[in-house]
Amino acid sequence: MGIDLALLWAIIILFGILMYVIMDGFDLGIGILFPFMPDAHDRDVMMNTVAPVWDGNETWLVLGGAGLLAAFPLAYAVILHAFMLPLIFMLLGLIFRGVAFEFRFKAEPDKRHWWDKAFIFGSFCATFFQGVVLGAYMDGLTVIDRSYVGGVLDWITPFSIFTGLGLIVAYALLGCAWLIFKTEGLLYDRMRALARPLTLVLLAVIVVISIWTPLAHQAIADRWFSFPNLIWFAPVPVLVALAAYYLLAALGRKPHAGPFLLTLGLIFLGYSGLGISIWPNIIPPDISIWDASGPPQSQGFALVGALLIVPFILMYTAWSYYVFRGKVRHGEGYH
Amino acid sequence: MDLDALMLSRIQFGFTISFHIIFPAITIGLASYLAVLEACWLRTSNTVYRDLYHFWVKVFAVNFGMGVVSGVVMAYQFGTNWSQFSDFAGSITGPLLAYEVLTAFFLEAGFLGVMLFGWKRVGPGLHFFSTVMVALGTLISATWILASNSWMHTPQGYEIINNQVVPVDWVAVILNPSFPYRLVHMTLAAYLATALMVAASAGWHLLRGNDSPAVRKMLSMAMWMLLLVAPLQAVVGDFHGLNTLKHQPAKIAAIEGHWENKPGEAVPLTLIGWPDMKEERTRFAVDIPHLGSLILTHSWDGQFKGLKEFAPEDRPNSTVVFWTFRIMVGLGLLMIALGLWGAWARWRGTLYRQRGLHRFALGMGAAGLVALLAGWYTTEIGRQPWIIHGLMRTADAVTPHGAGEVGLALVLFIVVYFILFGAGIVYILRLIRTGPQSHEPQEGGPGERRTPARPMSAAEEDKRSNDTARG
Repeated sequence: MGIDLALLWAIIILFGILMYVIMDGFDLGIGILFPFMPDAHDRDVMMNTVAPVWDGNETWLVLGGAGLLAAFPLAYAVILHAFMLPLIFMLLGLIFRGVAFEFRFKAEPDKRHWWDKAFIFGSFCATFFQGVVLGAYMDGLTVIDRSYVGGVLDWITPFSIFTGLGLIVAYALLGCAWLIFKTEGLLYDRMRALARPLTLVLLAVIVVISIWTPLAHQAIADRWFSFPNLIWFAPVPVLVALAAYYLLAALGRKPHAGPFLLTLGLIFLGYSGLGISIWPNIIPPDISIWDASGPPQSQGFALVGALLIVPFILMYTAWSYYVFRGKVRHGEGYH
Repeated sequence: MDLDALMLSRIQFGFTISFHIIFPAITIGLASYLAVLEACWLRTSNTVYRDLYHFWVKVFAVNFGMGVVSGVVMAYQFGTNWSQFSDFAGSITGPLLAYEVLTAFFLEAGFLGVMLFGWKRVGPGLHFFSTVMVALGTLISATWILASNSWMHTPQGYEIINNQVVPVDWVAVILNPSFPYRLVHMTLAAYLATALMVAASAGWHLLRGNDSPAVRKMLSMAMWMLLLVAPLQAVVGDFHGLNTLKHQPAKIAAIEGHWENKPGEAVPLTLIGWPDMKEERTRFAVDIPHLGSLILTHSWDGQFKGLKEFAPEDRPNSTVVFWTFRIMVGLGLLMIALGLWGAWARWRGTLYRQRGLHRFALGMGAAGLVALLAGWYTTEIGRQPWIIHGLMRTADAVTPHGAGEVGLALVLFIVVYFILFGAGIVYILRLIRTGPQSHEPQEGGPGERRTPARPMSAAEEDKRSNDTARG
């Protein structure tokens, strides 16, 4: 066969999930940062920076799910079976924060704090369980005869709890850098001060995961520390160090978009690192993208759509961000 | 009834989809309505249309948010609770869902920001374009998901290889026999449900003496919609029923509480009764002779299969679908009556004064959504025991979970949905109670407490803050 459909689909889904992590990452991060900014006006501004774009961001998550079902139905069935509970907790978290966007402004002023709390709870909950699923996924799933046979609570491990907490830090930094980009005044100063410790903690998280995964999984150790892979993958940690250095340096000046772009770089590198660790498996530890592939008729049909339409999606999404460009100020919305 | 993981998963899916479908139905209807309102505003410069746009777009924003978050749940539930189905038929439903995301969800989400918050950020033409793109997105979305759902009712264009469905003809898959009927029926149902909600809102304001040009305009528009579309829906429903009779005869037998044919005898229409699945008869039946034959075979003496012609394990629950179907049809007839009454009142020049009509419209406010849900229960429960008609049984589709974890998830869904979406519905009703304002929106735009166009003078800011505090 000429085209490796499974490979193309794996790339599309990886791209979709990366888009999701980056885009919903910063708006989930805003919910995570809410507790640090108790002032109601600051919270208005924080929410207004993402109000026009948040549900487009969340659509990438749906694309990830739909793409997985379309191209790798076995992986979709097994992974969602194994992680039913944490995924449902994540979905419920997304509901709490999603409704808060509109409800917050519709509630009586004395009841508004309830929706702030829903927004905070939902953002933490969704982020934590995304991270837990990520960690448990890296740890691998027990599959016999196309069915998940592990336990209901197998996803609860020290590593998955750690990745859950780690993702909260990562999204908080993304949100923080986004707000540095989109706000000014006191809010801007607070975020700039917060970004430095967040960056350092995130670096620590990345280091711990980089040590933990090869120690726990021989296959991951072999992937990274064998020759010549060592040379091919060496740029990843080097670039992480460079991005972190420039990020911390930028925070010392009067930054604008810089920290956000550098944080995106950091997240991208961390994501690549995880990808390198498990490639080409789609159900770790040993079911590959080719094993889990749906029929080529399905992959091919959906691929045509994806290749034709994704560029347009990127174009009008960019246009929407362009329409709402610039700093958001106190008492100023988007009309 | 055994509360095992299968039953709990069915309840969970039924519960979450029932809540979910309300929001997209209103989204579909309101998005098209908003596009029409904005087109009228741009064409006529009549500010009534602009005021109505800004009024309904607030409702739209709250409703859309709830539709998005309850919809994300659906995309994942196919796997968490129906993994065997996903593994078996994901090759068909997956690509259709992927196309829905690519062509519809992104389109809606991408232009929604400009539609809600961009009134003064972009020119009128671009803003209108955004509204139209959102409306188009809702219709494209309905198209894909109904293609997928219809395929589960009337599958074709596939082969089974290694116990997996393999699509061999995508055109046949998408244009499966029940799809065109279901698509038109559902789209019209969404329009009707929205028109009834708009009419009820207008009726409520008129009954309280809030008689403004905007309120009159929305009553008038909703009544035109009902007059034209409610009867059309009945015709479409009839065609849909004939199509079902051809492809899913057991469903029709269950809907009609029709158990067996007697040689040479016409089938009556059972108006009301209680189909008893154990005794295999319909108790307390009130029959109209020949009408069953007339409706379903369009002939005086025609026969169609009774439930006894199907093995007991292949029969849908007649008790349930008999009644859900009658609720839907009954409400549909009331919608036609409301449309006719509105037309008569309009002709007599009393459309805005007939309190009885306004009360009727108010009472029918939720009828569209109830009918829509009843219709979905009819068609989905009527497909049982199959998840894919004739191909896979629902019992074989469920994820092999224990009852404990499915029960926990179900309880969480019920609690969270009632609290959060309950609050959302209260907010929507509150927005409707405020009524259309006869000026450009200055505060309280969607997602905003205040939405001034450009930096304001301090005095204006203060005045606005006071307004907000009072509002």
